Amino acid sequence: MAEYTIKVRRFQPESGEGPYWEEFNVDLDPSLSVLDGLLQAKDRDDGSLAVRCSCRAAICGSCGMKINGQSGLGCKTQIGEAQELADKQASAAGTGSDGNSIVIEPMGNMPVIKDLITDMESTHWTKIRRVTPWLLPHGEAPEREYVVEPESMIDITQSMACIQCGACVSSCLSMEADPDFIGPAALAKAYRFVGDPRDAETSERLHDLAEDPHGIYDCTHCFSCIDACPKGVAPMDQIMRLRRKAGEEGIEDPNAGHAHEVAFVKVIEKKGLLDEALLVQESYAPGIKGKLKPSKRGLTETIKSLPTILRPLRKRKVKLRQAIPGLHHGLPKDSMNDVKSIYTHAEEHNEEFNLYIKGEEGELIDENVEKGIERSTDPDTAEAK
Amino acid sequence: MMADQIKVAYWPGCVSRGFTPELHGSMALVAQKLGIELVELDRANCCGAGVIAEHNQELADTLNARTFALAQQTGLSMMNICSTCQGAQSECQQRLDADSAYRAHINEVLSGQGLSYEKGKDGFTNKNFLWLLVEDYGLDRLREQVVRPLNGLRVGPFYGCYIVRPKERLGYADHPDRDIYLEKVIEALGGEVVEYDGSRKCCGFPVVTMNRDTSLRQAGTHVGDAIDAGADCLVTPCPLCHLNLDMQQPEAAKIVNRDLGLSVLHLPQLVGLALGAEPKELGMDRHVASTRWVQDRLAGAAV
Repeated sequence: MAEYTIKVRRFQPESGEGPYWEEFNVDLDPSLSVLDGLLQAKDRDDGSLAVRCSCRAAICGSCGMKINGQSGLGCKTQIGEAQELADKQASAAGTGSDGNSIVIEPMGNMPVIKDLITDMESTHWTKIRRVTPWLLPHGEAPEREYVVEPESMIDITQSMACIQCGACVSSCLSMEADPDFIGPAALAKAYRFVGDPRDAETSERLHDLAEDPHGIYDCTHCFSCIDACPKGVAPMDQIMRLRRKAGEEGIEDPNAGHAHEVAFVKVIEKKGLLDEALLVQESYAPGIKGKLKPSKRGLTETIKSLPTILRPLRKRKVKLRQAIPGLHHGLPKDSMNDVKSIYTHAEEHNEEFNLYIKGEEGELIDENVEKGIERSTDPDTAEAK
Repeated sequence: MMADQIKVAYWPGCVSRGFTPELHGSMALVAQKLGIELVELDRANCCGAGVIAEHNQELADTLNARTFALAQQTGLSMMNICSTCQGAQSECQQRLDADSAYRAHINEVLSGQGLSYEKGKDGFTNKNFLWLLVEDYGLDRLREQVVRPLNGLRVGPFYGCYIVRPKERLGYADHPDRDIYLEKVIEALGGEVVEYDGSRKCCGFPVVTMNRDTSLRQAGTHVGDAIDAGADCLVTPCPLCHLNLDMQQPEAAKIVNRDLGLSVLHLPQLVGLALGAEPKELGMDRHVASTRWVQDRLAGAAV
């Protein structure tokens, strides 16, 4: 047994007061959970302390919360580990070394109803429904069950593992800046259907997710959702898969996200190193292969970015040749030959080495899995099998 | 100075030789002062910044395997000075290290160039300057080198996403304190750590061409929070964060609708100041957000 102080951000709407902090002393084994600590405080000190929970075993997804600023499940975070993190954070900030309070807050990016209970409906579930989270199969449903190759489903079992706890939504840094972002949970759910061989609306789904300015190209690639997820769903990885598939479909999105990706790949193919000015130009007005073709948005964005280019020029931070697209130095010729041969090979193969499927140790779950990655997305073929 | 000399295969990245040349310059100067020998990988290619991997993973993995192989040819471990290079390269290294058949497949492509990446060869590692400074150089040794303690300078750390997440990819199992190294370094240099909300958040740079408002709102919010917390400057091991926090700062100020004006230093610049280098030698006059305040602070604090 050990003693801990938990500092809870409380909010009691019926009181008419704003949120406030309250500390509780609890006494429990370090291997027990933060949720156990909260339930002890509720039992011993204040029955009005509100927290949602059910299974206490990381299955139901009810007890999402922020612990020392990190989003996760109360039941899956040991209180001893939470104490270590609180102490580490305090020592980094120079405010103390041990016995610091464990800070517990409701999840972020959603309204708080009471204490640690957030409104999952207005953000999380609304966004989940936004992505049409059900199967849209081809034609009439079969008389019995759908038959698919097991291997073709392995890839999407990662996103199927989602328990809808909202921890990734809580941690999302894009949503913090743009509340309209569809977000990690809903996009991971979207991949679950885009990757499903039984679904017939793959292309429509990809168009929908790429053409929404708050869709897949609004993710800022911060990895927060990957670390927050208690079930290893890695939502950001699923968003990157959606981008890859949308790119393969040739979808031109209003954010020019795909154009930026293609521009980046081309600039490195041409020079081996990044030429920032060329990247900006290529993202807005692709011209490396063929004539410059600026879009209307490209012109507006280029004008907006002019001050950003001019200030460093004035400060002599950046030389003129670096600010003019294409004049920046690249790799020497022999190295460029190496880079080109890598491109030639990789574009032929373009194999996704999926660590989720293959595992850290590198043993294949099944030798057929590799075929599964390059599975047929044609539902007719899949059904026929 | 301790006897053991540190010598590394040095990958400066693209941006330190592009839009943040003061980073490359200050790193060279600071390495000399610390006695770290840099063998520059001048034939290595861009890490892909996660964008190439988004397009074609195998392409990104092969490009970075080439860089690792070039580093291994020198017989040295690798050092980078960019959080994004660290994250993008660690991602590829994780896949390459996971499977010998995949590694062999990638090495087949490199064999035509006389190159090969070998997992764990001579204890091969790839570390950001921040990690190297704390884990290999050592904070005690760093403290001994300080000739101008940053007394009274209030510094806000800004890590960059790619060097703090995802933890299982970035060696946090063996080095759990990697997400508080900036604080440790600031303290070792005599400065004061400023706690503020944005230190481990996203600067917004990856979406600056795709969603400028979202991107600059992130940068502006973090700079504003640091100012509100009383910071004299920020310090970052990531030149891409520097682009959004410094070069875009006047634009970010418009988006968040408030005055900003906070110096953002590259990690080697902050170390360099404490080692006695002059702000101008460290390229601090080239930043968009003026570094005058930092210089005045230090001039006032100088003994």
